Amino acid sequence: MKVKLALAAALLSATFFASAASAKTFVYCSEGSPEGFDPGLYTAGTTFDASGHPIYSRLLEFEPGTTKPVAGLAESWEISEDGTVYTFKLRSGVKFQTTDFFTPTRELNADDIVFSIGRQIKTDDPWHQYVPGTSWEYAAGMGFPDLIKSIEKVDDLTVKFTLNRPEAPFLANLAMPFASIMSKEYADSLDAAGKKEQLNQMPVGTGPFTFVGYQQDAVIRYKKNADYWGPAPKIDDLVFAITTDASVRYQKLKAGECHLMPYPNAADVKSMKDDPNLTVLEQEGLNVAYMAYNTTQAPFDKVEVRKALNKAINKQAIVDAVFQGMATPAKNPIPPTMWSYNNAIEDDAYDLDAAKKMLEEAGVKDLSMKVWAMPVSRPYMLNARRAAEIIQDDFAKIGVKVEIVSYEWAEYLERSKDKNRDGAAILGWTGDNGDPDNFLDTLLGCDAVGGNNRAQWCNEEFNSLVKKAKTTADQEERTQLYEEAQVVFKREAPWATLDHSLSIVPMRKGVTGFTQSPLGDFTFEAVDISE
Amino acid sequence: MFGFLLRRLAVLIPTFLGVSIIAFSFIRLLPGDPVALLSGERVMSPERHAQISAQLGLDRPLVMQYFDYLGGVVTGDFGSSIVSKQPILDQFLALFPATVELSFCAIIIAIALGIPAGVIAAIKRGSFFDQSLMGIALVGYSMPIFWWGLLLIILFSGILQWTPVSGRISLMFFFPPVTGFMLIDSLLSGQKGAFVSALSHLALPSIVLATIPLAVIARQTRSAMLEVLSEDYVRTARAKGLSPFRVVGIHALRNAMIPVVTTIGLQIGVMLAGAILTETIFSWPGIGKWMVDSVFRRDYPVIQGGLLLIAGIIMLVNLVVDLLYGLINPRIRH
Repeated sequence: MKVKLALAAALLSATFFASAASAKTFVYCSEGSPEGFDPGLYTAGTTFDASGHPIYSRLLEFEPGTTKPVAGLAESWEISEDGTVYTFKLRSGVKFQTTDFFTPTRELNADDIVFSIGRQIKTDDPWHQYVPGTSWEYAAGMGFPDLIKSIEKVDDLTVKFTLNRPEAPFLANLAMPFASIMSKEYADSLDAAGKKEQLNQMPVGTGPFTFVGYQQDAVIRYKKNADYWGPAPKIDDLVFAITTDASVRYQKLKAGECHLMPYPNAADVKSMKDDPNLTVLEQEGLNVAYMAYNTTQAPFDKVEVRKALNKAINKQAIVDAVFQGMATPAKNPIPPTMWSYNNAIEDDAYDLDAAKKMLEEAGVKDLSMKVWAMPVSRPYMLNARRAAEIIQDDFAKIGVKVEIVSYEWAEYLERSKDKNRDGAAILGWTGDNGDPDNFLDTLLGCDAVGGNNRAQWCNEEFNSLVKKAKTTADQEERTQLYEEAQVVFKREAPWATLDHSLSIVPMRKGVTGFTQSPLGDFTFEAVDISE
Repeated sequence: MFGFLLRRLAVLIPTFLGVSIIAFSFIRLLPGDPVALLSGERVMSPERHAQISAQLGLDRPLVMQYFDYLGGVVTGDFGSSIVSKQPILDQFLALFPATVELSFCAIIIAIALGIPAGVIAAIKRGSFFDQSLMGIALVGYSMPIFWWGLLLIILFSGILQWTPVSGRISLMFFFPPVTGFMLIDSLLSGQKGAFVSALSHLALPSIVLATIPLAVIARQTRSAMLEVLSEDYVRTARAKGLSPFRVVGIHALRNAMIPVVTTIGLQIGVMLAGAILTETIFSWPGIGKWMVDSVFRRDYPVIQGGLLLIAGIIMLVNLVVDLLYGLINPRIRH
């Protein structure tokens, strides 16, 4: 009997110690499945959270909680006087992850950089079309094929990028997930084995977590990368439990089945805040929703008319009705978390009488217009139709008749680009790299007319300011230029700026070390759990 | 019986061709350009748009695209997803077992409860049991799956904490899929508690998915039984002095089964549709969720390939149902 008891006690203590020393597993209830694991191929944040951030590193990284690019795999860099040659000095001793399917024999070197970026821009690169139908959408969107003249290996730890023109946001672009650095040695081994497509399915990088396995639409597993070049992750295992429905994610978080979740329903936020087991983080998102007038069509070609209509929009009502308060009214085309945000600008006050008077003064009577409402919910605008109805209601009070129109999403995007489009279109933007250029020139520059510039607005003064800022290296000078550009924007009113939505992140009480990214990324290298 | 089977198989070929044409053309009738959707709000230049369309073969005449597609299907190549770039057949085969497992459990629940409930209701026609059962069946039939699923999650997972919220197995268990069926794989893994975990994850989604078929089967069984119970041969069987169990269980039920089997066969199609919602709520990685995502992304190859594979399976189920008729009632073979 005694022996049995002792055995039982030994077993019990063994179990106890085993669990006490057991691995720390952090579970993230992610909102969707990654499209693949090669971040260069995709544009969705969901894919970057599952691939670019845990598995890979980049030459530069965004400092946690900010949009400032800081040293990553490159420990330093030099920019030539004319701003067209960037020379990066790589960190030495960086190891690629060892997995069940690949064991690296060498450390990171310049070949990996030339390979990772080169394949995205050179159409004759053998890896340019390694998956049929590859479009390298982000590299193209950031203008890399036209911008980058060459990428050269100077020595093992030095790589030189030569640009066709100076471009200040280039460093920030290199910190984006699409510019993740892959192992050329791994790619070569896959090529030799005739399994190129595996690069997108079984990833190897230099990031904080090593890929373990992916069960489609269900679970992605990672383990701590013991060889990580940065501060070692505090958790041993990272699990993405893919849960597409926001209400179900919330139930899982409540039940302790996951530690953190993205994108809660606005309606659930209050009860989340009341739950003693949860902490709710809040931050203004790097986004803007706007209504773009077609400034080439009468009567919207008149500043006074656009200004008058802007005065008749009750933004607070939109924020309350559409976001249940989880957004802030927007006065500028860039969000407040972005550097160079001009807080001195005063928004057009909601004043129906003044709006009506201004319209009369502008000689506009019995105006009928279309307001375009997006058919989909986006982070910056959860329900465009509801917003359009609020605008319709307000405009009716100043004698403007509004017809709300909508199309299927791809159709909407296509038709709203048309230079002859009638009325005003609701749309928005989520920042890519934290650079104001990514909003101001991309959405309002003269080159974007007929494309991203849905207001079809080409203002010389504004355009020269943002173009100058794009080629200026000095950030203080750039800040000034962008602040001025925002003053011109407000004066000319090509858009009615509607809102910046808040990014809400609920998590379990025991979670520490998680920093909300203004870019909307979810990264877990610094998180820890105490429960 | 063999001739009957051949005749049924011969009908399948034109049906399959018809489905392939419908699957191919319907998705293209919807507005929305898959290439433009790849870049979302970020505008793609017309040159790049043309280049990518050409890579995907979307610039060719529709008829050519169809025959290319059909040629691929015949050789077992269903193409690759525009979005994920993965081969469709691989994705389908990886996800399909999850849908089969869920649907199988649901149909078992629906049959095991639906048929006895219908039989009892028929025998006790007009009783309190009959009326309340048919009332419940009507409610079950009208229940929006999405709402019903969330309600059960909040009650059983949130408040009572009896079942897990979603997923196929606890994240503690990790083993490579062998068959793709979690119940079997969890047993094969030999990990303690894995099977129970898989079973507990399966409980709520199966109940949700079984709800509508259960209601339909119960109602169908009741009405078929009522009809059969008033037949002369049942009265004769009773007059012969057979036990009530033999009269109902052997004489009546077997004859009432034909419309019920038809209903069950049809319910399998309905179930695949229901699986779309159930899978979305319970984060169940099956084909339903995969198809819905693809519709939103206008991922043509996935939608047409998925539709064709699902239609193929439904046709096979119908074939089996037809063969079952033959077994239940030999006169139908001719």
